[in-house]
Amino acid sequence: MNTMLSINNLHASVQGKAILNGIDLQVNPGEVHAIMGPNGSGKSTLANVLAGRDSYEVTRGEVLYNGENLLDWSVEQRACEGIFLAFQYPVEIPGVSNIYLMKAAVNARRKYRGMPEMPAVEFLKLIREKIKVVDMKEEFLHRSVNEGFSGGEKKRNEILQMAVIEPTLAILDETDSGLDIDALKIVADGVNSLRSEDRAFIVVTHYQRLLDYIVPDFVHVLAGGRIVKSGGKDLALELEKAGYGWIEIAPVAEAADA
Amino acid sequence: MTTAVEHYVAARNALVLPGTGLDWLDELRNAGTRRFSEKGFPTLRDENWRYTNIRPILKQNFTPVAVLEGSAGRTEGLSQHLLPGLGAYRFVFVDGHYVQELSDATGPARGVVAMPMADAVTRGLDGVKTWLGACVPEDRGGFTDLNTAYIEDGLYLHVDRGCHLEQPIEVVFISTEPGGQLIQPRNLFVLGENTRAHIIERYISPAGRSHLTNAVTELVACRSSVVEHTRLQEEGMDAFHIGGVFIRLHGDARVVSNNAALGSMIARTNLHVALQEEGACCHLYGVYLGNGRQHLDNFTQVDHRAPKCTSNEFYKGVLDDRARAVFHGRIIVREGAQKTDAQQQNRNLLLSGHAEVDTKPQLEIYADDVKCSHGATIGQLDDSAMFYLRSRGVDETTARGLLTYAFAADVINKISSAPVRNHLEGELGRKMFGVGRPEELS
Repeated sequence: MNTMLSINNLHASVQGKAILNGIDLQVNPGEVHAIMGPNGSGKSTLANVLAGRDSYEVTRGEVLYNGENLLDWSVEQRACEGIFLAFQYPVEIPGVSNIYLMKAAVNARRKYRGMPEMPAVEFLKLIREKIKVVDMKEEFLHRSVNEGFSGGEKKRNEILQMAVIEPTLAILDETDSGLDIDALKIVADGVNSLRSEDRAFIVVTHYQRLLDYIVPDFVHVLAGGRIVKSGGKDLALELEKAGYGWIEIAPVAEAADA
Repeated sequence: MTTAVEHYVAARNALVLPGTGLDWLDELRNAGTRRFSEKGFPTLRDENWRYTNIRPILKQNFTPVAVLEGSAGRTEGLSQHLLPGLGAYRFVFVDGHYVQELSDATGPARGVVAMPMADAVTRGLDGVKTWLGACVPEDRGGFTDLNTAYIEDGLYLHVDRGCHLEQPIEVVFISTEPGGQLIQPRNLFVLGENTRAHIIERYISPAGRSHLTNAVTELVACRSSVVEHTRLQEEGMDAFHIGGVFIRLHGDARVVSNNAALGSMIARTNLHVALQEEGACCHLYGVYLGNGRQHLDNFTQVDHRAPKCTSNEFYKGVLDDRARAVFHGRIIVREGAQKTDAQQQNRNLLLSGHAEVDTKPQLEIYADDVKCSHGATIGQLDDSAMFYLRSRGVDETTARGLLTYAFAADVINKISSAPVRNHLEGELGRKMFGVGRPEELS
């Protein structure tokens, strides 16, 4: 089996401030990796660097995606290659309808692969099927992207887009934050319905709660811009009990001898 | 050396204009000539022109096109530039003169008089005598006086009380080769009581040569009329365009003014709206799209002269390259115009670090029981929205285009005619991004 994503010694900074200090992570098709860690540990930075946000500067290391250098690609090329980021703070775009964006996304990827646009009827069928998974009303399709949506609706809309786009590697950036338990279940159902042996997920979360519903294969603890501990799904439960207090000391010690 | 003013006065005196010898008309034109000779062109010292330098316009002496000689050759191939699918009564003027073969004036319903101004003044129609020049305010400015001095052709429209026009009336002004012309359309639209109409005024110059259009439109909306006026300025990038639009609303009349400025090297629109009687209501929507080194100036003035009138103004601009725009929004609430509700918004999107906007709200309120608000913003494309779209696979150019469409859409969507909306969206894409209009955004 070929590794899908291979992150090696990744360093990144924002406005000159180092946030990631040597991340190593291997993700294979079919796997779900949870990235946990205290606030400010670099979880969101990692998610955004992978998606290509240009306010983050990669200063060292490499990221290989199916053996190719991901960091050389534009944001849209990464998307067309199958990388999807579910935003922690989904952006409101007045004047562009939700359905238009999803159609543009689906067809951009098809065009990239040399396929013709998806026929309108087929697209509508697809979207009607997917919208049921996230329990959203059809009227949301014709509203402007995220405009006036509640926090929970925005997050469900991210999952809807993911379900429609059907990415190869989905990165969920704190999709659970601010969700009540019902919304959380809906989001988890959306993710679980997409789990397959050729698709991988990186689930960034602060809390263990989401992982009751999306059961990960691996859990990594990020602190001080490094992965300080990796384990199976039980690691998340340990963290839930012990908190992050025990970890926050570790990277400082490591940084001292670096 | 003759000055520009002397040039235009001399050229005027050399013309024999239709209806010359009619006292009322001679008087009107001569008053224009007199005022123009005295006051001349505006300068940067004029408060209302401080951001627009017209010197490039005065460097050339544009010449009036007296008669459209050899009109057949001159009008050849022009029909392809007319908007398809409008379903309108169409009046086409080439280099300022009415051209019947490009027009479609067969339809107008009973109770509608629509004819070239040259005919209307010669016949001395009552509506023309009553209203021509009546909507032009005291502070009209030199260009309007120049137009009045030359009153010749344009559309005269009179809609009798109670008539509802189902189809729009389209007036198209086309300038042709070889350039250098002075084109001065003069339109008068009189909408009687309880009428309904949509008038579309469009200015184009497919040949793209330098010329000066100095147009004036007067619109009278009588009691309880419902009028839409859409003005599309799409002249070539070497053209100069000055447009005066003077609208007068009587009691309970409702006017929607849509004003799109896309073309010309230097363009200025003077939109003056007088809310003359109680209960009148106007909505003024505008969009200006500039690139290259264009200079697009929108001067607007809403004059609340009576109580219980409403005005709602919303202008949006998109500027790229080194384009520059001016928005001047003056609102006057006269003494006694109580219960006035006046709103004004101007929003600008700069696509380049070298583009520039001057936006100037100016409120003068002499009544105490009024509701007025205004706001102006200048911004750039939202980085997070760009990243969001691109993270979904939309390429950068398309994403910029989408966000720009979305920005302009709420103003363009106010136009009731779908073919005009589609046309404008298409032009936005072609002009700003070199691509066509995306299919439905909503």
